[in-house]
Amino acid sequence: MAAQTERVKVAIVGSGPAGLSAAARAATLGLSHVLIEKAGHLSDTIYKYQKGKHVMATPANLVLRADLDFAAGKREAVLGIWDEQTGGHRVNVRYDTEIGSITGAKGDFVLRTRSGEEIAAETVILAIGTQGNPNLVRCPVGEGAVVQYQLDDPAEYVDEHIVVIGAGDAGIENAMGLAADPQQRNTVTIVNRSAEFATAKAANVAALRAMEAEGRLTVLTETTASAIDPGTITFDTRDGERKVRCDRVIARMGSAPPRAFVEGACAEFEDNDGKKLIKPGTGVQFTSADRVAYPRLSPTFESTVPGIYVIGALAGYPLIKHCLNQGYDVVEFINGNTSLKPADEPILQAKFKDLPGQRSVDEWLAAFGADIAIFRDVSPLQLRELMLDSEVRSYRRDEPIFVRNDTGNSLFAIAEGSVLVEVDKDDPGKVVPIGKGSIFGEVGLISGRRRGATIRAAEPTVCVELSRPAALKLLATAPGAARAVERISIERQLLQMFGSGLAPQDVAELVDAAVVEEVRAGKTVIEEGVDDKDIYVIRRGSMVVEKDIGGRPVFLSYLPAGSYFGEMAVIDGSKRTATVKAAIKSEVVRFPGAAFTALLARKPALRDKALADMDSRRKVNAYLESHAGAASGAVEYYSKAAQFLVDNGIGEATDVLLIDETLCVGCDNCEKACADSHDGLSRLDREAGRTYAHLHVPTSCRHCEHPHCMADCPPNAIKRGPDGEVFIDESCIGCGNCQRNCPYGVIRMDAKAPPKPGLLSWLLLGLGPGPGEASQAWRKKNARGEPAKLAIKCDMCSGIDGGPACVRACPTGAAIRVSPERFLSAARLAEETD
Amino acid sequence: MAAAPEAQGFADRRRASDHESFLAHKRLRWLKIAAGLNLVAILGYAFAEVEPRPNGGTWYGYILGTIGALLIVWLSLLGVRKRAMTPGRWSLKAWTSAHVYLGLALIVIATLHTGFQLGWNVHTLAYALMMLVIASGVYGVWVYALLPHKLSDNRRELTQAQMVDALAAVDRQLEQAAQPLDRADADRVIAALAQDPFGHGLISRLSGRYRGCRTEAAIAALDAAAGDPALERVATLLGKRLAQLEQIRRHMRLKAMLEVWLYVHVPVTVMLLAALTAHIVSVFYYW
Repeated sequence: MAAQTERVKVAIVGSGPAGLSAAARAATLGLSHVLIEKAGHLSDTIYKYQKGKHVMATPANLVLRADLDFAAGKREAVLGIWDEQTGGHRVNVRYDTEIGSITGAKGDFVLRTRSGEEIAAETVILAIGTQGNPNLVRCPVGEGAVVQYQLDDPAEYVDEHIVVIGAGDAGIENAMGLAADPQQRNTVTIVNRSAEFATAKAANVAALRAMEAEGRLTVLTETTASAIDPGTITFDTRDGERKVRCDRVIARMGSAPPRAFVEGACAEFEDNDGKKLIKPGTGVQFTSADRVAYPRLSPTFESTVPGIYVIGALAGYPLIKHCLNQGYDVVEFINGNTSLKPADEPILQAKFKDLPGQRSVDEWLAAFGADIAIFRDVSPLQLRELMLDSEVRSYRRDEPIFVRNDTGNSLFAIAEGSVLVEVDKDDPGKVVPIGKGSIFGEVGLISGRRRGATIRAAEPTVCVELSRPAALKLLATAPGAARAVERISIERQLLQMFGSGLAPQDVAELVDAAVVEEVRAGKTVIEEGVDDKDIYVIRRGSMVVEKDIGGRPVFLSYLPAGSYFGEMAVIDGSKRTATVKAAIKSEVVRFPGAAFTALLARKPALRDKALADMDSRRKVNAYLESHAGAASGAVEYYSKAAQFLVDNGIGEATDVLLIDETLCVGCDNCEKACADSHDGLSRLDREAGRTYAHLHVPTSCRHCEHPHCMADCPPNAIKRGPDGEVFIDESCIGCGNCQRNCPYGVIRMDAKAPPKPGLLSWLLLGLGPGPGEASQAWRKKNARGEPAKLAIKCDMCSGIDGGPACVRACPTGAAIRVSPERFLSAARLAEETD
Repeated sequence: MAAAPEAQGFADRRRASDHESFLAHKRLRWLKIAAGLNLVAILGYAFAEVEPRPNGGTWYGYILGTIGALLIVWLSLLGVRKRAMTPGRWSLKAWTSAHVYLGLALIVIATLHTGFQLGWNVHTLAYALMMLVIASGVYGVWVYALLPHKLSDNRRELTQAQMVDALAAVDRQLEQAAQPLDRADADRVIAALAQDPFGHGLISRLSGRYRGCRTEAAIAALDAAAGDPALERVATLLGKRLAQLEQIRRHMRLKAMLEVWLYVHVPVTVMLLAALTAHIVSVFYYW
């Protein structure tokens, strides 16, 4: 065991913005400290940004409180200032040091490095971010062999034999980059453990295969490396061992998230069937097992292990400014400064200033925590963060909070007072009360669809409105809140679906028996001809209904979230008359049919309504069956086209651009109109995309019900607008997460185009590039300064009178925008074939 | 099998974009308007009391001439409307629909305006140019109705750029595969590769016949049956190259047929506007 090299008051692990700021504060206060960084430079995540990337400084209203300066600017400038100021503050940095384990207790922690050294510290600040460490090659690596886990510039290497291990997108892109220019004379081999390229994008695999066919690189599948030595590498292939020349290995085998390391800090371990498991209740605990969960933290960022503090992205704050502030704050707390108010205090003060009662921020937060059911499990620190993404408002008696058919996906919680729900759209007098401490608006949150009823204040009321991301974060991290929301949402969905005249106690039996089930895309929920008697409600996602006619499945209809199905068999006791399966990954609530039958027996009005619904659907079925064999093939065409659209993501769309290729003359006026309506950049690619029977789905946003792009947006810049459009606001920082998360490839990263000369100058004098998106070269030449590349996507021309430009600008009527529930209905088929 | 929730689609507040071609727009609204206009013009021509005989110089002739001139100016503004992406509740499809039917209506209106008096003068020049514009437009409507689905079938989900990329990928494979060939065969492959697929001129592009195609020549000249594996591979690749070339050629041919008429329609419209101005000025000058 190596000798202890130093003993400090604060050991800071990770030198990103959070760790760096903490170290700078410790140095300024004169605390003994050490800043430990696994790379050879500060702030590895930002260091790995591409050269010249514009780093943004959001949120704009948050004041910066740190010993390091930070303003929006180029990556190089930001890193340069930090390097300089870190030196100026005499921060004690240890580079190239990776911590393997943390043991001990407050006042006496021991951090053991991978190379076996030990660092003793009284307190530990973990600021290691969420990037994790790259997975290392597992085979023996001989002394002097070159193995690297990153490739910055493929043009750096010439005349080398290079082996890339790992055939995900990163590995494939590296390999192709190294082999792209024959002048570099590299001999490139890429190694894949399995026969298939399961984790890579299809386009990348196709490009790789093409390069292989041209003999520009070698692809080895079902192969692993068994030894790496200077100058050679040995492979284990299906046909035995093979040794080839190799000057450099580039390993791109994914990375391990840092959670396991954090959880293991100061934990006690126990043996379970030969596996080493953390003893429950020890180590740094997380709020739940969910992937998005964060460590449980006190208001001073202290974890469940006293003396270990967690800040930065790992604590749930991905923005640089937050990180810098937290670094400052946490060291102040450690240094005994108990009166320090968080830097977001002025923001919260501004949020709460119009509320009645003249209470302080702390008083309001305490009241929310105590009175609102879904906040009971939430720590004060989490509550503060939730409030940053939330609005708090007071309402007068009878003031509407939201109106039926409004769009909105936020969740409301009642802090004071109570509200009334107008359950009947024709009679505002019919109301159901919701009391203090409860929630409303959860249907929009879960299904992403419009508000189902108008809600107004019954008395002077204060409500907290949580934005969708804030609410989802809450549900993922506080299990109690998730359970409460689930029960309430099932009960209310039933009441809303079955119409007026029902009270919560009527459906209590159904709610108690309800089971929430996740259904993966394509999975059958109900099978035609089977004799089962459950009924289902779609909570999120969508379903397609098919019927077997003449041995072929015929598409009957599309069911969006909020629909119920399966009640026919329950009501008339028949076998299932059609198959229902998930169009996309969905969530259904299953109720036993017996409870539903009992409800119908008690409520004759509901029974009559259900029978009427059933009758109209029987008619559609009969129509389809009678037309299925017809020579026109209309039913078959409709069925196949519907299936094609569902396969192409229409099942999760709310509004999608389709091109009828029997009308499209290829003039691209839709793209030009799009560019001319939005900063000179087109947000759609007409020609790309799939086509079935002349129905073309171009590369353009579908405004998904649950947008994948929204999932991981650090500044929370992606929102849903009043007409259902999903748009990116001006707080975009250009990180590219949304572009990577979009399965349909409809988001591009580009800089706003410079203004063009007007149309008449072009028509009469030939000035400028003309209508539509100007060429890359023209935009570059005429750019003012170097504008940041930001994410751009379709916003359905929100705010532009007349609506989507692509449709307005189509000269032949080929471009149409449709919502799936209207486009995919058998009623439309009947219209079109008659 | 199920019940959908009422009034839940986001599209409720949006304008529905109906699925109708420009020809059928709003149940043939502009066809009906144009036909009505023509009917009124013909009835007026039949019953108007004009002396000495119907022609452009009578009061009825002036009415028809004014309508015709205004129509021509408005029809030519489609080119501006198409490119000026201003906000507002307009649709280019409605404009195109009106453009087609009102443009056809001009045949009747302008002919009645002439009073069937044609001659070798600037007035008849304007009339002839107008008929030429209309004739090219009729061709345009015809190809717009006929060709788009062929364009779609031929694309097979590839974009134009992807087709060119696919050709380039085959070319790179050919370059490698042709290495072991003897001099004469290698030269044939090199000649095929060196030929610019876009350099054949307008006639080839529109007809789809490429007489000097060296890829076809190379396929004909190579003796793939000789059992030489290298030669067989090159022959297969040349076949692939030709198939790819043919897809691109069909694509370019259809695109060209969809666009070529505009090279008559638009310049002749400009000439028409000039001739029309001359016609109007001369009529009033010599009044």
